[in-house]
Amino acid sequence: MKSMIRALLLGLTVSATAHAAIDTYDFKDEAERERYRTLTEELRCPKCQNQNIADSNAPIAMDLREEIFRMLEEGKSNDEIVAYLVDRYGDFVRYNPPVNTTTLLLWYGPAGLLILGFGVLTVILVRRRRADTAPAARTLSDAERERLATLLDKKDS
Amino acid sequence: MKRVLMLLPLAIFLVVAVFLYRGLFLDPTELPSALIGKPFPAFELPAVEGDRQVRREDLLGKPALVNVWATWCPTCKAEHAMLNRLAEQGVVIYGINYKDENAKAQQWLKDFLDPYQLNVSDPDGKLGLDLGVYGAPETFLIDKNGIIRHKYVGAIDERVWREQLAALYQELVDE
Repeated sequence: MKSMIRALLLGLTVSATAHAAIDTYDFKDEAERERYRTLTEELRCPKCQNQNIADSNAPIAMDLREEIFRMLEEGKSNDEIVAYLVDRYGDFVRYNPPVNTTTLLLWYGPAGLLILGFGVLTVILVRRRRADTAPAARTLSDAERERLATLLDKKDS
Repeated sequence: MKRVLMLLPLAIFLVVAVFLYRGLFLDPTELPSALIGKPFPAFELPAVEGDRQVRREDLLGKPALVNVWATWCPTCKAEHAMLNRLAEQGVVIYGINYKDENAKAQQWLKDFLDPYQLNVSDPDGKLGLDLGVYGAPETFLIDKNGIIRHKYVGAIDERVWREQLAALYQELVDE
C-alpha cells in the first residue's frame, strides 16, 4: 500500500514537471497572460514563415517568446514590443501589417476591386435597361407589320 | 470600343501571368533586412579565443564582413572554405559565434582554419537577436563606420560573392 502511494506521488510530480515544461512563464496576472497570448499569435516566426511565434518550435521563436515575456515583465506596451521586433526583423514579422506605400495595394486593393466590380455592373444594368425601353425595340417597321399581319391571317383561316 | 473591351480579359491575364512568373523565381525565405543603412548594434561580449571582451568599437575602422556562424550549423561548414579564401585575399572578416559552445568553436577553428580577425561569442543569441538573425549562417557587410550596408542569408560561395558582395565591398574599401 505504502509503495503504491509512493508510486502515485511520484507519478504526480512527474506529470507536474512535464506540465511546467510546456507553460514556462509565470505571469503577474491574467491580463498580462492575455497580452502575451495576443502578441505571440500576432507575430510571425521569421524562420518557419507560416507559423506565428506562439505555434512555432523553431529556436528563434523560442527566443522571441522569451524576449516578449521579458519585455512584458519590464512593463513595456504592446506597441513598444512590436516596434522592437519590427526594428530587427522588419514588417515581415507582423501578421497585421501597417499601412504604408508598399502595403497600400494589400490593404485597399480588395475594396478597389469591389468598387470597380459595382461600377461595371451598374454600367451593364443601365445599358440593358436603356436597350429594353428604347422605342426601336418596341415598334415594328412597315414591312414587319405586313409580315405579322399575313402570319396572323394564315393562322385564322 | 467593343473590340478593345474584348481584349481586356487577355490583358488582365497577361499582367497576372507576368507577376506569377516572376514569383516562381523569388525566394520567400529571403527577408529584406530591416537593418540595412543602420548602425551595427552595440554589444559587449567575450571573445571566442583569448580572455578579452569585444565591443562594437573593435569592429570599426575598415569595411568588413561580419559572419554569424555556429558549429551546429552544417551550412556554415560548407561556407567555411570560401571564408578562408576571402581572408587570404585580404578581406576583413569578423565572426559571431551564435548560440554555441566556446570549446567546440575553438576546436572548429583549429580543425578548419580561422578566417576571422576577431570572433565574438554570443552563447544566448542576444547580439543575434539585435541583428535580426533567424538562422546561421548570415553575413553582414559593414562600412568603416559600422553602418550595415548589406546582408546575405545563407552560405557565401563564389557566385554570391561575385554577384552581391565583391563590388560593394570594393566600393567601401575605395571610399
